[in-house]
Amino acid sequence: MYRTTDILEHKQSPSAGGVGEAEYMVINVGPQHPATHGVLHLVITLNGETIINVEPHLGYIHRSIEKMCESLTYRQFIYTTSRMDYLSSHINNHCCAMSVEKALQIEIPERAKYIRVILDELTRLASHQLWWGAMAMDIGAITPFFYAFREREMINDIMEETCGARLTMNYMVPGGVMFDLHPNFQKRVKEFIAFFKSKIDEYDEILTGNVIFQNRVKGIGMLSKEDAISYGCTGPTARASGVSCDVRKLYPYELYNNIEFDEIINTGCDSFARYQVRMQEMKQSLKIVEQLIDNIPEGDFQAKTKAVLKLPKGEFYTRVETARGEFGVYIVSEGATTPYRIKFRSPGFSNLSALNHMAKGNKIGDLVAIMGTIDLVIPDIDR
Amino acid sequence: MMRFLVRREPNFGMTNKNMTNEELKLFTTEQFPFLIIEEGNEWLTYYVEADEWKTLAHQLRNHTSLQFDFLFCLTCVDWKTHLTMVYHLTSTTFKHTVVIKSKLNREKPEIETVCDIWRTAEFHEREVYDLFGVQFLNHPDLRRLLLTDDWKGYPLLKDYDDPINMIKL
Repeated sequence: MYRTTDILEHKQSPSAGGVGEAEYMVINVGPQHPATHGVLHLVITLNGETIINVEPHLGYIHRSIEKMCESLTYRQFIYTTSRMDYLSSHINNHCCAMSVEKALQIEIPERAKYIRVILDELTRLASHQLWWGAMAMDIGAITPFFYAFREREMINDIMEETCGARLTMNYMVPGGVMFDLHPNFQKRVKEFIAFFKSKIDEYDEILTGNVIFQNRVKGIGMLSKEDAISYGCTGPTARASGVSCDVRKLYPYELYNNIEFDEIINTGCDSFARYQVRMQEMKQSLKIVEQLIDNIPEGDFQAKTKAVLKLPKGEFYTRVETARGEFGVYIVSEGATTPYRIKFRSPGFSNLSALNHMAKGNKIGDLVAIMGTIDLVIPDIDR
Repeated sequence: MMRFLVRREPNFGMTNKNMTNEELKLFTTEQFPFLIIEEGNEWLTYYVEADEWKTLAHQLRNHTSLQFDFLFCLTCVDWKTHLTMVYHLTSTTFKHTVVIKSKLNREKPEIETVCDIWRTAEFHEREVYDLFGVQFLNHPDLRRLLLTDDWKGYPLLKDYDDPINMIKL
């Protein structure tokens, strides 16, 4: 890499025009870059090694899901949301199913609520595990990736058995869930909890307490509370800046107002704070699953609904807490079988908009450590 | 003696507290009599003229008893005769929510940007420009966001016809 002085001495022209004496260099990261975990293109302006500006270029996998949904029925459109945030696909489906239920005032059976919440939390766990492994790998530690995938595999197996899919579950339908739990479900979830409880401390031992790791992530990517709110950040990204924004606590849905769990808030504002929030959230998710797994009531898993769903005329906004933050579905209905307009408020999109602000003034080497802790999933951003 | 000199904000008998939809409605209609209310929604919904939006946005954000500091959803709806901008605002301090809508001329959709008030609007407005063609006046960087720069047309408009339409093929 050229340093600014080299450029000045050898009068080499950098790829971007300079301002005054300092000549800036422009570097493209992506769209094919291992640390972006998808096709995200960042145009970075550098002064030496210091980041001046980060400009995200999006849309490499834009499928215009919102337009597609306008010609899909209220039973069909749910499945497109699995393809957005593929790590929280279950929770996305949950939000869409809930928005239809809310509009049609469908009361879903208790059993379905339990199943939904347990699977939501398992999804969140799997997502955070993947994030943990991938983030560690981004900044140079390979081993955590294998640790994380060992446990994540168990969740994927549970999902496969019950939902029939490992990634795009498509298990939620308006009125409940598509079919009943697999007979092995409770046994395997309990096995997983017991196993993961012994391993989660290992996560802390191998990475959290590591001095090299801490030096990489402490004090970088600062995001103040005011900025986090102004940039519309949600989820662990905002909670690490001291913003209380957990939808499960603020606007409780399904069973969340009866469950005992803590909203994790950290006021560190840096990458390490975001890391810690997610690590503690995993423990909270375990706690939620533990509380529910023995008490799943017997009964129906799906309420009786009409074959053709027609939403009344009006507007409906529903939100849930995904692993990345607030996911919202805004449906404008004209009383037909298909929505007139759908807007998906995806958490990744807003969180990404804060990246430039967070990265400015940091060194280019820290960019990956900052990006890693925002936990970007590109299809969620591009939609 | 300084402690007696507490300056009180004129807040029309309202204390700084969480307001319910009804209280918020009373308060805002008194403050902003020019707004037209839309009934029948989950949240308080107002229509505002496009040229009054910026002033209103400033007041919603900065008024001590409102403090709508979190713009959680910004989007547009094509109603074939006109476009409607929809802003979902909430206050992280008081937890109340309001929805502001603004009707735009479909031939020449223009509205002031609010990205200096809520920073998240910068990306969201670029997205709306990209998909609906709404011009956000004074936006610092209004370019296409998701689609390529040479894309023709605005795909989320109802009369947009995709040259490669998979359903018609």
